[in-house]
Amino acid sequence: MNSLRNEEWDKSIGTTSQNVKKQEQKPASPRKIYRPSAKKAAILSLLFMGLGQLYNRQILKGLSFAALELYLLVFWTVPFQWGMWGLTTLGETPQGRDGFAIVQGDHSIFLMIEGILFLISFLLLLWFYYFNVRDAYKVALKRQRGIKSNDAKEMFKNIWDNGFPYLLLTPSVLFTAFLTILPLLFGVLIAFTNYSAPNHLAPKSLVDWVGLDTFVQLFQMKTWSTTFYGVFSWTIVWAILSTVTTFFLGLAFAIILNQKGIRFKRFWRSMFILPWAIPQFISILIMRNIFNGEFGPINRYLIDLGIINQAIPWLSDPFLAKVTLIVVNMWFGFPFWMVLMSGVLTSIDKELYEAAEVDGAGGSQKFWKITMPLIMFATAPLAIMSFAGNFNNFNIIYLMTEGGPVNIDYSYAGSTDILISWIYKLTLDNSQFAVASCVSILIFMVISIFSIWNFRRTRAFKEEDMMS
Amino acid sequence: MTNISLGRKLGHALIYAVLILTTVAILYPVMWIVSGSLNPGDSLFTTRFIPESISFVHYQYLFNETDYPLWYWNTFKIAFWNMILSTILVVTAAYAFSRFRFPGRKQGLMAMLVLQMFPSFMGMIAIYILLLQVNLLDNHWGLILVYAGGSIPFGAWLVKGYFDGIPRSLEEAAKIDGASDVKIFYKIMMPLSTPILVFIAVTNFIGPWMDFIFARLVLRSDEKKTLAVGLFEMITGRANTEFTNFAAGAVLVAVPITILFFIFQDHLVNGLKAGANKG
Repeated sequence: MNSLRNEEWDKSIGTTSQNVKKQEQKPASPRKIYRPSAKKAAILSLLFMGLGQLYNRQILKGLSFAALELYLLVFWTVPFQWGMWGLTTLGETPQGRDGFAIVQGDHSIFLMIEGILFLISFLLLLWFYYFNVRDAYKVALKRQRGIKSNDAKEMFKNIWDNGFPYLLLTPSVLFTAFLTILPLLFGVLIAFTNYSAPNHLAPKSLVDWVGLDTFVQLFQMKTWSTTFYGVFSWTIVWAILSTVTTFFLGLAFAIILNQKGIRFKRFWRSMFILPWAIPQFISILIMRNIFNGEFGPINRYLIDLGIINQAIPWLSDPFLAKVTLIVVNMWFGFPFWMVLMSGVLTSIDKELYEAAEVDGAGGSQKFWKITMPLIMFATAPLAIMSFAGNFNNFNIIYLMTEGGPVNIDYSYAGSTDILISWIYKLTLDNSQFAVASCVSILIFMVISIFSIWNFRRTRAFKEEDMMS
Repeated sequence: MTNISLGRKLGHALIYAVLILTTVAILYPVMWIVSGSLNPGDSLFTTRFIPESISFVHYQYLFNETDYPLWYWNTFKIAFWNMILSTILVVTAAYAFSRFRFPGRKQGLMAMLVLQMFPSFMGMIAIYILLLQVNLLDNHWGLILVYAGGSIPFGAWLVKGYFDGIPRSLEEAAKIDGASDVKIFYKIMMPLSTPILVFIAVTNFIGPWMDFIFARLVLRSDEKKTLAVGLFEMITGRANTEFTNFAAGAVLVAVPITILFFIFQDHLVNGLKAGANKG
């Protein structure tokens, strides 16, 4: 705040001293002071960009604003109308055939994306238009008070000073607009169309808006709803179990390594961090081979040792595959919690324990009344985030089992598929874009509930400066 | 030390047993893949934990007969440029949000918060079509742009939080001495925020080595592939007859990344903690 105030202060000093100079050069004559009406300036700018500025006698600014609007009106009106037509109708002529030659029709999906692009640009333009009106109004007010408006050179300096944050943000905004917001917007809109194989795939056939039909199908049509409810409940179970198991395993090892009298602590600790350090996709692929039902080493040892005489279907039995996934995930997940909780444990004040001992507390009492609450307090936000992360943990599911084994009751999903890997299959392998998009929206809702809840209770939200 | 009770000794023995068992469980897959890469055979079935003879044929095979060196180079290139681009984007955005008050700031922060909640999958189809339109499909720059764009919302929040913790008195003093915004940024903010910058740079460098989804979506041809896609196809495509080659490839990726992790261990832990606290 202060830095900005200083700048403004500097500027005002600058302008007043200039005014003083000019007044010295030309003796003040009241006739020379031009006093435009602020209302008029604003209305003129509203009618046509730049008119208000011209009325304020800012010739260069006014002309360039007017030129911009003229350019947009002349060259972009027709494309814009066409874009809006595309967005609302998603095309009208399907692909046809003329003998052997294919006659291209409208490509609904391209029309949709172009429509969104036009819409985003239009909104940016509206914002600029608003800026133009506000500028005319403000400058006119300034001139009424006798302050001379900035000339072009000062204007650029002004933009550089006040616009520095915008300048910093421009690349990020462009990236986010095109690579995050536009695709997401498109993704959301797809949920309200029938864009899916086999009958509504662009460019072969047209895609139409269908409103909430896809959602209704997802919940009510048997083939979809069975899959959805099945996959959804496993996703929840998976997210809870994988978070809880790694959390407590990490806690257990942190406590063990924090005890007095354990030797080689550094050695054990760096050993146990190893699963976190190795690139995850590598270790998942290794695990996939170790648990391979036919050729994997685990089954081979067990058979060689005579413990079993038939291979255990680690990854091809629906239930066992789920168990294997959770066990393997423990291997990956516990080091993070271990490291984190070691930090919390060492930071707990020893006097707390001593005081508890004086009061006659036993070992378990000390653990449940002192250690656990402090650990929960310090790690709860991370646990929530980790739950959200596991909810969307595509890598482990897809690289380990590819969602398999096959489940004949499901459409396009296997027994261990979670929502996110189901979406992947729906989109990339089966072109069921509309349903995939519906499911994404539902995932977003679940994740946002957790994130917002988490966010509200963390420090960041309570800091006054955060959003001020 | 005769006064240590038997129970306590037993307890310790039990603890050591757990520690040793866990170490075995952790080291077994690691050793197994290393020994797999040195096994003379080809398939998963013939692979022995202790190889009959040690051979480096698989490493030679990878370098002479496959595109593996090319995948390695591709991945490194993508990782490097993603690191540079993401760090620049994230830091500039975070600096603007932390140090300036301007119209639209509040909305921008809120928007970023919401954006990081969407699964990145949702935009996949659109990203595909978009890259197709601008001719960046099956192009490394297309992938780098996608990664960099995706890293902004989370990263900017994180770094902004860190910047907020740096006192402003330093900058104000510099300002009085006549330093420009750009200079203040380079001379004061950058040195003071090295830990978080290292975190952002390292995570963005490691990211492309791990990512499978977008690499598979964007890169189509064999010579453009990254390691994650290449190695995955190696063991799923041809019924496990290439297991030992995969093992050699895996070792060559895992070793540098693991070393990188251990070097920057503290930064990574602290960065993740900060991320959770800032939402």
